[in-house]
This record gives sequence, C-alpha cells and structure tokens, in this order.
Amino acid sequence: MTSPSFNILKKNLKKDFKKFKNIKVAILGDSATQFLTQAIRAIGWEKQLDLEIFEADFDQIDRQVLGANSDLYKFRPEIIIIFECYQKTTELFYNLNDKQRKSFAYNSKTKIKNSYKIINSRLGAKLVYFNFPQMNDGVFGNFASKIETSLPYQIKKLNSLLNKLSTTCGDLFILDLASLVQKLGTKIAIDQKFWSNSSLALSIDMHPIVAKNVVDIICAANGDVIKCVIVDLDNTLWGGIIGDDGLDGIQIGELGIGKSFSQFQLWLRELRRRGIILAVASKNNERVAKDAFKNHPDMILSLSDFAIFAANWNSKIDNIDNIQKTLNLSFSSMVFLDDNPLEREIIKKTFPLITVPDLPQDATEWLTYLQEENLFETASFSVEDKKRTRHLRQNAKRALRYESFADETLFLKNLKMVAKIGPFNTFDIPRVAQLSQRSNQFNLRTVRYSEEQIKRISQSKKHLTVAVQLKDKFGDLGLISAIILEKTSDTLFVDTWIMSCRVLKRGVEDLVMNHILSLAKGLGTKTIVGEYIPTEKNGLVKKHFPNLGFTKKKGLWQLPVSKCEKRDVYIRTN
Amino acid sequence: MENKIILKKVNNIFKDVLDDKKIKINEKTTASDVQDWDSLTHIQLVVAIEKFFKIKFTSSELIKFKNVGDMVSAISEKLK
Repeated sequence: MTSPSFNILKKNLKKDFKKFKNIKVAILGDSATQFLTQAIRAIGWEKQLDLEIFEADFDQIDRQVLGANSDLYKFRPEIIIIFECYQKTTELFYNLNDKQRKSFAYNSKTKIKNSYKIINSRLGAKLVYFNFPQMNDGVFGNFASKIETSLPYQIKKLNSLLNKLSTTCGDLFILDLASLVQKLGTKIAIDQKFWSNSSLALSIDMHPIVAKNVVDIICAANGDVIKCVIVDLDNTLWGGIIGDDGLDGIQIGELGIGKSFSQFQLWLRELRRRGIILAVASKNNERVAKDAFKNHPDMILSLSDFAIFAANWNSKIDNIDNIQKTLNLSFSSMVFLDDNPLEREIIKKTFPLITVPDLPQDATEWLTYLQEENLFETASFSVEDKKRTRHLRQNAKRALRYESFADETLFLKNLKMVAKIGPFNTFDIPRVAQLSQRSNQFNLRTVRYSEEQIKRISQSKKHLTVAVQLKDKFGDLGLISAIILEKTSDTLFVDTWIMSCRVLKRGVEDLVMNHILSLAKGLGTKTIVGEYIPTEKNGLVKKHFPNLGFTKKKGLWQLPVSKCEKRDVYIRTN
Repeated sequence: MENKIILKKVNNIFKDVLDDKKIKINEKTTASDVQDWDSLTHIQLVVAIEKFFKIKFTSSELIKFKNVGDMVSAISEKLK
C-alpha cells in the first residue's frame, strides 16, 4: 500500500472500528502532533486495528514521562511514541556551550535511555522513538564532519547511539525518520511555513508515510508479519522467457537489462538470509526452469534458496494453494511478486489476503518501490530465522519419508527424535519471544510477548518456563515449543502454550505434558489449569486440553495432578 | 482566472477536505461559519489550495487571511 494522501486517509476516521483489535497508543511530542494522531489511527483502520490514541498536550514529554501519576500512566498504553523534532533540538543545541555540545549526543541518548527505563518498569510498554533527520545546517558545510561540536556531527552521532541503545533495550524501537525524510526529500517532508505558523514539524504529505511506518512497527509487534514471498520466474527473476530464450538469452547480469534483475535477486536472497521463505510459482517446464538456476553463471539465487519450487503447467492458483498448504502459513503472511499485471489481478481476486505489490513497469524501479512498501518489518530476529529455509527443506524430506511408512508409530520411532526440555535460558529468549509473536495456530491464548517481557518472565519467581528443542535424524529443528506456567497457591496456570506447526503429530504435546506433570508434582500443586481463547486461526487446538484429559470447569480447563498419568512418547530426552 | 471561478474551485476544495458535500461558501465566509473549519483543518485547506492552483503562499500572507474573500484575492494575485 503506497501511502495515500492525508486527505483520503482521514476519511477512514469516520469508518467502523468496532470489530478491530484495540491497542492503546500514546503520542508525546514537542511539536503539533494532531495530524500524526489522525494519520496513525487512520492507517490503523487499513490494518484492522482500533488504535486508541492518547495525545499528550503540546510539549509535555518530560512531564508525562517523569510524573508518577501523569495522564500517560493513567491511560496505560501498550505503545508509547515519542517524537522530538529536529527544529526544537536545533534550538536547544545552539544554546549550549562547546563542552555541552561535545557530549550532546551522549547526554541525549542517556536521557532517552532513562525515559525508556521508567516507562518500561512502570508500564512494560514499548517505546517507539523517532530518530533525527540528518541535515547540514550550513554553518561548516561539509567540513562539519571534522567538527565534533557541530550540529551535523552530533546529530549523526546521536542517531548512531540510538541504534546501539536499541540493541540492548528490547522494547525500544527506533523509527528511522532520518531515512524516511531522506527518501521523500527534505524539501517535501518539512514545510517551514507551517513550522513557523503552527509548530508542525513535518509537512502534511510526510504524515501518511511516518504513520505507516509507526503502524508497521505496531503490526509487527502484534504478530502481523510477512513470512513468505512467492515469485514468478520469467520477466520477474530475469528478463525474458527461459523456455523460449534459453540459458543464453535470458537477461541477467551484464546482458541487456539484466543488471536490474541481478539486483532484484540479490535483495531476494538477502530476504531469504533474514528468514523469509522464498517459493517459486511459475508456468514452466520444471527441468528447464531448474536448469537456469543450476547452470547460468550469472544467476544469483540458487535452488537451495527456495523452500518450494513449483514450476509446472498447473494454474498459478493451484500452485499457490499448494504452497500455502505445504508451508502451513496464513495467506495474510504471504507476498506475491509477478511482473504481469493480469496475473497479479487474478491472484489478488482469488486470494484477497495475499499482499500483491503493484510492481512498476520498469524493473529498475522495483527495489525502490518494494523497499518503500516496507513489507518485512519485524519485532524479533533469532538464530532460527537464518536457518529457516534449511529447516523447511529438511522438513520436505521428512514429509516424503512419512509417505513411505504405513504405520505411524513405526514412522515416529524411525525419526529417532531427541529433545532438550527445560526452563528458558538466555539464548532461548529471542526465539521464545518470536514464537509468541508469530504463532497463530498452535497457540492456546495468543498472548504476544516482547523479548524484554520474556526475559522478565524467565527471571520471575511466580513463573515456571519450559522450552523444547527437538532434533531428529534429518536435522535440528531448534526451539519448537514454549510454555509459560503461572504459580498460584495450589494451581499451575498455563499462561502460554505454543508450538511450531512443523512438529505436529510427533508427540511433543505429550512430552510437554509429562514435563508439566513432573513440575507440578515437585511443587505439590493440586491442579493444572488451562485456558483456550478461540481466535480465527487457532481452531487447531480447540480440543487440546480435553485430549490431554482436562475437564471444563467455569470456563477453564482443569486437571487434578493426582489423576495425571505419564504419556507414551517416541522422543528421547537428554 | 475570474474570482467567481476561483471561489467555485475553492468551494470544491472545502467540500473535499472537510468531507462535506453540502458546504457553500462565499467571499464573506469565516471559520466560525463552517462547522469543521478549525486551526487544524485550516492547514489542510491551505495545503490543498496551494497544490490545486500550483501556488505558494508566504507565511505572512497566511496570517492575514480573515475570510474566504482574502484567500480568493491572494490566489488571484498569485495567478496573474
């Protein structure tokens, strides 16, 4: 969705938000933030979110953050946005002496870190902080790079320190305003006339873009992320048609317009590296299509970059349907890239939940366009991401093996599964947070946690945590299930039970249940209590608790520890 | 461009920005006469007018606008 104009966006504010998920957001700024509030709420509608926004009075950032009983804390937002405009920052800076200027970036970073700590400890809220547009103030010209006390020098340093800060503060998200302003162009992004007359730090046209990126961050934290990109081949990954032009004729690398396709492939490979699943859906002879990847010297993507390679004469619709079923992902987590507008229309109409970017006609413009769409925002990144494609290809081998076993028990035994099961350790935290944000199907209560929150839970005396890592003879599947248990006087409540769908029907649930049972016995717990909160996507686990022997009492599932029996599993534990 | 035509086009811009097809303005109309015309939407109106007529008001010109008539005259001047 390229950002619509503010005027068109504003019309969303009159639409119906009733069925949407409510998320409380606070906006604190030292400039006029009313348009930003409107734009964010309006874009929230596009993403089916009811963003309930508290907008602090003008220039009240410190008072709201530091005041123990301020409106901010009374509102209890989940997300806090702080926007300190470069105009005010410049004024502040020019009133400092040289000594203060030298430590400006460092002191500013420290102040933001303190605000983050206060907010995080009082509310556990996420902080979205806008970084600073990097403009030269014409005082030293390009020479400013050599002057530590110059504004350009300190602003660049501050932005760099903010990046570093965000690597250690899990709930701090830096909105890269500097990049956004640069992309649109400072002359268009900032209108000095309205700064002067109305304290508006950004132009009206800039607001939809900033709002979109704010909402992108909120959506990612909410588990609404893209996981898979499906690509066409001819005229999408290379110029020309492999079936007609042959290996020598397709344009990639130095041939013809090949450079733009090489660039595009390089970026797609980068996505794969980052954990996005790539799949091919193309009308082509399979051998001829695969041959292009095996034998073209300038091909950047290789067959191992694709989790699924569907090159055949079936309709693209069937291929995409199969890809979705095989990967077991929701359509809303998929992106479809095809140079042909007619193909795109068909896929858009058939699968309204798939994101189908309207690629510009000229392939040289694709990357600029796609990068602006900001499709791959995320709120987590773990070691699992880097291994994802490899794991999926291993999974495909497992699936093939399954076909050859008539007896399920024999199949499970033959897998030679080994699990490591125990409380969350430091290394598990990013992956557990990611699972909590991304899992939609095997997720009993769909509570989303940030890394910071998982860290706290792992250290809490009120909680017990369980992480399960699984290996089988085909490879290491990594951390595939996470459970959080809350201790009360005589019960153990299952706050969170999530599992990767890759390991369904393997007995992991039973392994976990055995483990919970032993934990409960160790504590002297009388009852294990679970809750199933139905969503659109988790119908899979509707019968999870009854299958494990729980009975329903007052809307919750209960199992007396005395009635639990150890279950059979074909998984060895270390 | 004749003032009458400028007024008609400005009226259309008001209808679009304020999302109200019933708005009818004349040269004497002020913010107190139009329900959704406040300091915020005023900025949107000015930006929309600048875009439509491909002109730019200066900040001192902006402060002087007291009614629609002032805006129309300013637009007319810029278009000469």
